[in-house]
Amino acid sequence: MTDELKGIAAAPGLAKGPALRWDRGPQEVPKFVPANIPAEKGRLLAARRIAIEQLHELTDQVVEQTSAAEAALFEAQAMFLEDAALVSKAEAVIDSGVNAEEAWHQACEFYAVQLESLPDETLRARSADVRDVGQRVIEILTGPKATPALTTQKIIIARDLAPSQTAALDRSKVLAFCTAEGGPTSHTAILAKALGIPAVVGLGESILDVQNEMMLLVNGTTGMVTLNPSSDLLADFDRMFQADNEQRDHDAKFALEPAITTDGHRVEIAANVGNIEDTRLAIEHGAEGVGLLRTEFLFLDRNQPPDEQTQYSAYRTIMELMGDRPVVVRTLDIGGDKDVPYINFGSEANPFLGYRAIRISLDHPEEFKTQVRALIRAGAGHDLRIMFPMIATLGEAKHARELTQEAMAELPFNAALHNHDVQMGIMVEIPSVVSMADQFAKQVDFFSIFTRF
Amino acid sequence: MQTITLKIINEVGLHARPAAEFVKAAAQFKSQILVRNLTRPSAAVDAKSILSVLVLGVEKGHEIELTSEGEDEVQAIQSLRALVESDFAGKF
Repeated sequence: MTDELKGIAAAPGLAKGPALRWDRGPQEVPKFVPANIPAEKGRLLAARRIAIEQLHELTDQVVEQTSAAEAALFEAQAMFLEDAALVSKAEAVIDSGVNAEEAWHQACEFYAVQLESLPDETLRARSADVRDVGQRVIEILTGPKATPALTTQKIIIARDLAPSQTAALDRSKVLAFCTAEGGPTSHTAILAKALGIPAVVGLGESILDVQNEMMLLVNGTTGMVTLNPSSDLLADFDRMFQADNEQRDHDAKFALEPAITTDGHRVEIAANVGNIEDTRLAIEHGAEGVGLLRTEFLFLDRNQPPDEQTQYSAYRTIMELMGDRPVVVRTLDIGGDKDVPYINFGSEANPFLGYRAIRISLDHPEEFKTQVRALIRAGAGHDLRIMFPMIATLGEAKHARELTQEAMAELPFNAALHNHDVQMGIMVEIPSVVSMADQFAKQVDFFSIFTRF
Repeated sequence: MQTITLKIINEVGLHARPAAEFVKAAAQFKSQILVRNLTRPSAAVDAKSILSVLVLGVEKGHEIELTSEGEDEVQAIQSLRALVESDFAGKF
């Protein structure tokens, strides 16, 4: 019988295909009476060490590939693995004559269940992390549980997907993701968006009643999932799917063509990007430049600011991807809603209009100059332009320019290594700049107009 | 043995990063340090264990009781008190 479920649209697109349950299912944790108690503790210690190493590797991988937010998640999991209370709980269970797998499972459940019962949502969500880290160690102890074989393309159904599960997935065989839990910022949503795979999350328990091979229609744009579609619905979907594909093919075919209006005006189309992956997508879709590179991705979700070399390699990758196309880089725009732990903002009534962006940079000249030096190095041989955010006064524009020139002066003239020929501009986002535009124009090389949408 | 009661003024309570910071600070001392949530009554748990601190479910406005015992018990309490009362040095 046809049925429809409504969830949260997490990653856009349409998919049709057979379902595959990708749940770990009821955890089958081996249970036995160990012959040697100290040896059992040794097994647990060794497995924890491997798990910690795996998590550190995953942290490095996701920093490069996806996001710092995901990396922070793995770091937190690694911290759990070294938690003295968790470990001594597990060891106490081993002492009572239980094997390492079962003891570790009991210890993790002890904390997961308590976290689950807390009223605070953020704390409750940590229970999934404790269970994920628990499963990781058990899999190391027992050998990995056979993951469902993905020989043909499927729509993956799960309660919620943990990073350790999706890492093993053959992504070319995934048509869509549907999960019972999770929100628009869950791991599944972030991953699906990055991979361009449709996803619907937060579908509720009903989605878990779906059997393997059941035909599903997934609309990741509206959040609708259809179970066992009727032939009419299938035909409708096929038409939508085809139209969607044709539109996409059509768009893709012309993406690299110049944008010319019907009356013959050529319009430069540049992309706003916030990380390396965005830049790749922008190139694929025919961007003629980057109009705004937001650099916050390097600064958020970490405990100290990134050093010059870390910044340089990220900027360099982006500059190389863009080739000779112009790239406008916005210097760090934190504060407001984008807080970082290593800068003390104090508390303000309206952080969006208060201490943020260029005002913070001007108060932290060394950090600001570090970013500028990284940019000047990364921009060698490329069309780099630097833009300052939230400029309100002529004095700020002048001060930002001077600091930038100071940072440039710290690097020797060598066109192969450094770009000393950089335009400097400001973001026009504060009314005072508009009314004094003529005077600002004398201070800067260009304006970027801030608009919403 | 040293005992104090502190009110959590941090906006998000003792979660994630603040909890991690609190645990790291506690771990620097040799003394045994126990923490208890007085607002949502709980047993006293090891302040050096991140999971134990998280399950206390400490939110903004909650009161916690800290107890330390050992050779550096006075410094331990002072240091943790300073961290909490400074609103985690304004870091979060």
